[in-house]
Amino acid sequence: MTGRVEGKVAFITGAARGQGRSHAIRLAQEGADIIAVDALKDIDTVPYHMATEEDMQETVRQVEALGRRIIASSADVRDFDSLKMALDAGVNELGHVDIVSANAGILSFGAAHELSESTWGEMLDINLTGVWRTAKAAIPHLIEQGTGGSIVLTSSVAGLRSYTGVGHYVSAKHGVVGLMKTLAQELAEHHIRVNTVNPTQVDTPMVQNQGMYDLFSPDIEHPTKEDFARASGDTILYPIPWVESIDVSNAVLFLASDESRYITGVALPIDGGVLVK
Amino acid sequence: MTGGRVAGKVAFITGAARGQGRSHAVRLAEEGADIIAIDLCADIASVPYPLATKEDLAETVRQVEALGRRIVASVADVRDFDSLATALEAGVDELGRLDIVCSNVGVNNPAPTHEITEDDWHEIIDVDLSGTWRTTKAAIPYLVAGGNGGSIVLTSSAAGLKGYANIAHYTAAKHGINGLMKTLAQELAEHHIRVNSVNPTQVDTPMIMNAPMYKLFCPDIDEPAREDFAPISQQMNALPIPWVEPRDVSDSVLFLASDEARYITGVALPVDAGVLIT
Repeated sequence: MTGRVEGKVAFITGAARGQGRSHAIRLAQEGADIIAVDALKDIDTVPYHMATEEDMQETVRQVEALGRRIIASSADVRDFDSLKMALDAGVNELGHVDIVSANAGILSFGAAHELSESTWGEMLDINLTGVWRTAKAAIPHLIEQGTGGSIVLTSSVAGLRSYTGVGHYVSAKHGVVGLMKTLAQELAEHHIRVNTVNPTQVDTPMVQNQGMYDLFSPDIEHPTKEDFARASGDTILYPIPWVESIDVSNAVLFLASDESRYITGVALPIDGGVLVK
Repeated sequence: MTGGRVAGKVAFITGAARGQGRSHAVRLAEEGADIIAIDLCADIASVPYPLATKEDLAETVRQVEALGRRIVASVADVRDFDSLATALEAGVDELGRLDIVCSNVGVNNPAPTHEITEDDWHEIIDVDLSGTWRTTKAAIPYLVAGGNGGSIVLTSSAAGLKGYANIAHYTAAKHGINGLMKTLAQELAEHHIRVNSVNPTQVDTPMIMNAPMYKLFCPDIDEPAREDFAPISQQMNALPIPWVEPRDVSDSVLFLASDEARYITGVALPVDAGVLIT
């Protein structure tokens, strides 16, 4: 059987690890080639390590092991030129781009009135403006090709409801949903669909870190992963502590494939029922 | 791929004789499910277009069996809980289990709100909303007893998320389905049973492609036809298409029914060509 995105090319930001790597592998399993970018450097305001060159090499290895092609490079969603250069190089090599997964994202912590200018600014620059730059780099290719396309922006449950202690993240992820709806309107005439995935906590390094453990268990002195599992699970309707990257990837695959050819402007929660709890 | 995306599962589908229901049966069967299919196979007084027939239901059976899957089909009425329960029991007896529920039955009858009769209001609500509740009421005990979780997909509509003039009963019923969906998602989460809705825009089926619906959308044309309806319908969608096909809704039902959506619950999934953002 041919794959569900056979012959398509997907541009994925934040592809070195976590959800981005999972998207690359899942789409490759279903027949897509991949253009992968990641910043591959730590960020001052983010209290956990970002992905490394070795992480990206592992993504490349796993995609190539599936017999698909991948063009991977270091590019920063805060720098439009680096993004555009990486994407253009990928399109040159692979011939086209059909799917865009704007997945790069960071998390940092603080009550809204205690956030510094730099913590607020870096969050918006990456999680919201970086998504806009990703779309801006890709859309001319999609329009020029004239074969439609599917853009999947990674928002969050925090794009649809609020959480304390991450007001900048909540604001950015809400902004992504607004951007998605505007892009869906602007690009419909080109048969380019734009949707978001809105996950709850996902088992990735962005979530599995001390800052997040502290946020979820403020009454415990040095909360552990086990403490977090309990506290995180309490926020989710379904009897699970978090979802896995593959669950988000399966939703991205659905939205990227022609099975959803008439779905646009939609925010798709992968949230174990957080929003109906 | 071996087996298909819902291999070994059994799906209960209401309104399965034609239109979206038949399409769901065929799509799920293509991916390895066996089917319990029911349909009224008779007309209803308040509905101004012909409903499905026994021949239609036989055609659904033929198409599912042609895929090498089993199907237990019977006539049942979502307004009559006992008929639903009997049909479902017979299906589960035959096929051994139940995993997926597609509550797909729906009817419509356009009229300005203040001109809707008591009888018409009650019948549309009874079929579209209460029929959905009865379908889940009949199915949930099997899902809970099975102990394998399950996926319930309720067919709502874009009209479950926004208003449309001159179909107040339908719009109210479809909004009600979205409320029911969220409550069921809460009640059933502990059993790993997920509950979601699909919310399509106009779909190319007999429920839409009939003279009263054409007139609803084209009030200024004397006897509007499908060709008149197409551009009007398209104006409502963001994507440049007049309507979606049953297959598009089926692909979403398949996604929600499959383990790919194992942690998606309480979600209204528009299959609406962007109606909600235009």
